[in-house]
Amino acid sequence: MAEEFLRIDKLVKSFGGIPVVKGVDLGFNKGEFVSLLGPSGCGKTTILRMIAGFERPDSGRIVVEGNDIAHLQPNQRKIGMVFQAYALFPNMNVAENVGFGLKIAGMPRPQREARVEEMLKLIGLSGYDKRFPFELSGGQQQRVALARALAPSPRMLLLDEPLSALDAKIRVSLREQIREIQRELGITTVFVTHDQEEALSISDRIVVLNAGSVEQFGQPFEIYNRPQTKFVATFVGQLNTLNATVANAGQKTVTVGGATVTIPSLPATLRDGEAVALTMRPEAVSLADGATRDIVLDGKVAEVHFLGSVIRLKVDLGDNAISLDTFNDQRTPPPPHGAPVRIGIASSDVLVLGN
Amino acid sequence: MNSVSSVADTAAGPVSTGPVARVGGNPFRFLTTLRPGDILAIAPFILFALLFLVMPTLGLVVGAFQDANGNFTFDNILQLGGPQIVASFWISIRVSAASAVLGALIGLAIAMAIIRGRLPEFIRSSVMTFSGVASNFAGIPLAFAFLATLGRLGLVTVLFKTLFGFDLTRSFNILSFWGLTVTYLYFQIPLMILIIAPAIDGLKKEWSEAAATLGATRFQFWRHVGFPVLWPNLLGTLSLLFANAFGAIATAYALTGSSLNIVPILLYAQIRGDVLHNPGLGAALALGMIVITALANVIYLVVRTRAERWLK
Amino acid sequence: MKQGKLWSWVIFILGALYFLVPLYATFDFSLHIRRDHLSFDAYANVLNDPRFQAAFSYSLIIGAAAIVVGLLLVVPAAYYVRLRAPHLRPIIEFITLLPLIIPAIILVFGYIRMYNTSSLIPLLGTNFGSDVLLTLAYVALALPYMYRAVDTGLRTIDVQTLTEAANILGANQATIIARVIFPNIIVAVLSGAFLTLAIVIGEFTIASLLNRQVFGVYMQNVGANRAYEPSALAVISFVITWGAMGMIQLLARFAPKTARLD
Ligand SMILES: Nc1ncnc2c1ncn2[C@@H]1O[C@H](COP(=O)(O)OP(=O)(O)OP(=O)(O)O)[C@@H](O)[C@H]1O
Ligand SMILES: [Mg+2]
Repeated sequence: MAEEFLRIDKLVKSFGGIPVVKGVDLGFNKGEFVSLLGPSGCGKTTILRMIAGFERPDSGRIVVEGNDIAHLQPNQRKIGMVFQAYALFPNMNVAENVGFGLKIAGMPRPQREARVEEMLKLIGLSGYDKRFPFELSGGQQQRVALARALAPSPRMLLLDEPLSALDAKIRVSLREQIREIQRELGITTVFVTHDQEEALSISDRIVVLNAGSVEQFGQPFEIYNRPQTKFVATFVGQLNTLNATVANAGQKTVTVGGATVTIPSLPATLRDGEAVALTMRPEAVSLADGATRDIVLDGKVAEVHFLGSVIRLKVDLGDNAISLDTFNDQRTPPPPHGAPVRIGIASSDVLVLGN
Repeated sequence: MNSVSSVADTAAGPVSTGPVARVGGNPFRFLTTLRPGDILAIAPFILFALLFLVMPTLGLVVGAFQDANGNFTFDNILQLGGPQIVASFWISIRVSAASAVLGALIGLAIAMAIIRGRLPEFIRSSVMTFSGVASNFAGIPLAFAFLATLGRLGLVTVLFKTLFGFDLTRSFNILSFWGLTVTYLYFQIPLMILIIAPAIDGLKKEWSEAAATLGATRFQFWRHVGFPVLWPNLLGTLSLLFANAFGAIATAYALTGSSLNIVPILLYAQIRGDVLHNPGLGAALALGMIVITALANVIYLVVRTRAERWLK
Repeated sequence: MKQGKLWSWVIFILGALYFLVPLYATFDFSLHIRRDHLSFDAYANVLNDPRFQAAFSYSLIIGAAAIVVGLLLVVPAAYYVRLRAPHLRPIIEFITLLPLIIPAIILVFGYIRMYNTSSLIPLLGTNFGSDVLLTLAYVALALPYMYRAVDTGLRTIDVQTLTEAANILGANQATIIARVIFPNIIVAVLSGAFLTLAIVIGEFTIASLLNRQVFGVYMQNVGANRAYEPSALAVISFVITWGAMGMIQLLARFAPKTARLD
C-alpha cells in the first residue's frame, strides 16, 4: 500500500462519560472514496467532526499527509464539508455561496468569478448563480453545497449523510454525480451514510462501524461477500441462516437436513455435536436439480416476491426458512405458493460466523 | 400605555406575517357562502373593531383637517410647525430612538450571551422568564422603581454619595432625556431579548461550521453570515421598539410630571385642558403620532416578512 | 473560546445588575418609612387605604369584564376564521394588530371625541357608560395578545376533525364551540386572560382621561403626594405582574404538546 493520506490512530471520544468512539484505527489513501457505514448512533458523525475539527478527540491522533492536525482549528484544516441539511448561507445567492471560501481566502474577484462558473458547470447548475437557496430544490441546494465545499480546492472532502434529506430518485442520481465529480477531481473523500446500498455502490472502500468500533474495513466486494463478523453480514445485505450440527469438526463436516456435507469455512474451534448456524446470501441459493449442489434440501414455497428482474422466494424447510433469489426467466413463471421445491447451495458459499 | 410586551411570541408567529404580505384574492368571496351562524361568529368582532379601533382613529384623522366649525382646513397641520410642538416631537423622537437603539444593542448582546455564550442552561430560561415579566412591568410603577433607585434619595444615588462622595444628581438627572431613556430601557431590553432570541436560535450551527470549513474565522462568519441574516430582524425590532417608546406615556408622566414635554404628554395635557387652545390642533398632534408609529410598525412588518422568507 | 465565555458572563452580570438593582432599591426604599427602623408600614398604609381598596377592586372588576368580553369576541371569530374562512385571516389579523400600531392615548382621544355627551352614542354621559367604555378600551388593548393566545390554542388542536365529529353527532355550531372547542383551548384562553390582566391592572392613560379611579390612577396620585408608599406600590405591582406571567408559564406546561410548529 502506498503512503496513507489520512491516518487515524486509536481515536477515542466520549460524551458525558459515555464512550461514543472506542479506539478507531483507519488509514485512507490519496484520492480514495471511503464510506463510513453503520447504524444510527454508532459514531459516524462524531468521527467526521473530529476530522473536521469540530470535536476534540479524548485521545488518539488524526494525521493528514504526515502531519498531526490536532492543533489546527477547523478553519485552518483545508477540509471541505457537506452537511445533511445543506446549510447554504440563506443571505447569499448561489454564486456568493460557492465563492465564499474563495473570498475568505482573498482571491481577486475576476478569478473568483471564473472559478465559481467552473464549479457551477461541474455540478450542472450553470445559469443558477443569481438564485437564492430558498429558490432551489433540495437536490439543487445540496449540489451547490458540494460546489461550495469544493471551490477552495480542499485537500479532503467530508460528507455527512448528504443524501438522506432527498427523495429516492434524486438520491441515486446525485450519488452517482458526487462519485463522478470525486473521480474527476481525485479528491480524497469520506462519505457518511447508514444506507448500505449507497455505500456499496459508490465506495472504493467501506468502514463498517458498530457502537463506536470498526467491524470491518474493505472493498465493497469483500464486505459483502466475506463479512468478518455477524454484525457486518447482517447489516450489509440479506442473510439466510440454516441450523446445522457439527458432525466432525476435524473434517469440517456438518449434518443439515439429514445429509452430511463438508463446509470449507467451518472454524476448527467447534466441537463435534455442537449446533452451528450456516449462513448464506439469497443469491447463493438456487432452485436446484441436486447434482450440481453440495447441500440439497426439500421444502415448500411460502412466499413469492416478484421484484422485476429478480424473483425472491421464501422457502419453508420445516425447521428452517430460507430466502433465495433467482433471475426472472421470461419463459418460465415462478413456482406457485405452496409448490414443493428443491433448493441447492454450494458449500463454498456458506459462511460460518462467530459473534 | 401601549405595552407591546408579549408581541414577543406574536412576532414569531403568523400574526405578524400576514397583513402586509398576503392581503390578496377576493376577501369578499365569503359573502356568497355565508351562513347565519357565521355572521353571528364574526359580526361582533368586526363591529367592535369598527367602533373602538377604526372609527375613533379615523375621527381624529378627519378632525385634524377641520376647524372649530367643521370646515376643511390645513391650518392645524401647519400649526404643528410651532416651536413648542416641534420641540415635543424632537424630544420624543430622541428618547424613542435612543431607547430603541440602546435597547436593541444591549438586548442583542444579552441574548447572544445567554444563547451562544455557553452559559448554563438555567440562566437562559431564567432570563427569558424574567424578560416576559419585565417587558410587562412598565407604566407608573416602573417610574417609582427608578425614582427609588436613581432619584434624589434613590439607593444608587445615596450609595454613590456615601461611598465615593460623588453627587450623581449633578451629572445625571432622572427627570431628563437620559433619565427617561435609562428607564425605558427597562422594558425595551427585555422586549428585544424576547423577539430576537428565536431569530438567534434560527441561526443554524451548520452555518458557522460550514463557514469554518471554508476558512472563515468567527468574526468573518458573523460579518458575512450571522449578522446579515439577523439584520432584517434587528431593523424590524428596532422600529417596533421605537413605536413602543413613542406611544408610551405613563412612565414619563409619573417620572417627570410635565417637565419633559414628550408628544404623548403634550397630547395628554391637551385632552385634559386644551392647553394648545385649539381642539383641531390636538387632532393634528394625534395624527402626527399615528403617522410616526404606523410608519415604524409598517417597517417592522415589511422587514419581518422578508426575513421570514429567507429562513424557511 | 474561553474568552467568549468570559464576555458572556460579563454581559450577563451587567444586565442582571441593571434589572435587579432597581427592584432591590425599590423594596429597600419601601421599608424605610420609619426613620429609626425598617418596617412594612408603607405597605400597611397602602393596603389599609380605602381608596386603594376601591381602586384595586374596581380595576379587577373592569379587568375581569374585559377578559369576558374579549373572549366572547375573539373565540368565535378566531374559530370561524380557522375553520370556515381562512382567506379572511389577513384582515382579521391586521385588525388584531391595530392596538399595537395605535398608541393608547390616541385611542382614548378618539373615544372622547366620539362618545362624549353631545355625540350619537353618549357613553361618557353616565358613570356606567364610562365603565363600559373603559372595559371596551381594555378589550382593545388586550386584543393582540388575546387573539394570539386563542389562535395558538386552536391551532394545537385539530379544529376541523373535532368539528366534523361533533357535527356527525348532531351538535349545532354553538354547542360545538361551548362543549368541544372551548375545553380544548381552555389553557390558551387562560393564558390570554392572565396576559390581559397583566396589561390592564396598572393601566393609567386611558382610565385617567376617562376619569375612572383605577389602580393605575391611584398609584399616580400616591406618587405625586407621598414618598415611601409609591415604592410599596411598585413592589406590589411587580409581584402582580410576576404572578400573572408565572401563571402563564405554569399553564404552558399543561398546554397540549402537539403541533408547536410556529
Ligand atoms: N454533542 C454531543 N453531546 C452528547 N452526546 C452526543 C453528542 N454528539 C453525539 N452524541 C452521542 O454520540 C453518539 C454517536 O453520535 P453520532 O452523531 O456520531 O452518530 P451517527 O453514527 O452519526 O448517527 P446517525 O446515523 O443517527 O447520524 C450518539 O449516541 C449521540 O447521542
Ligand atoms: Mg450522524
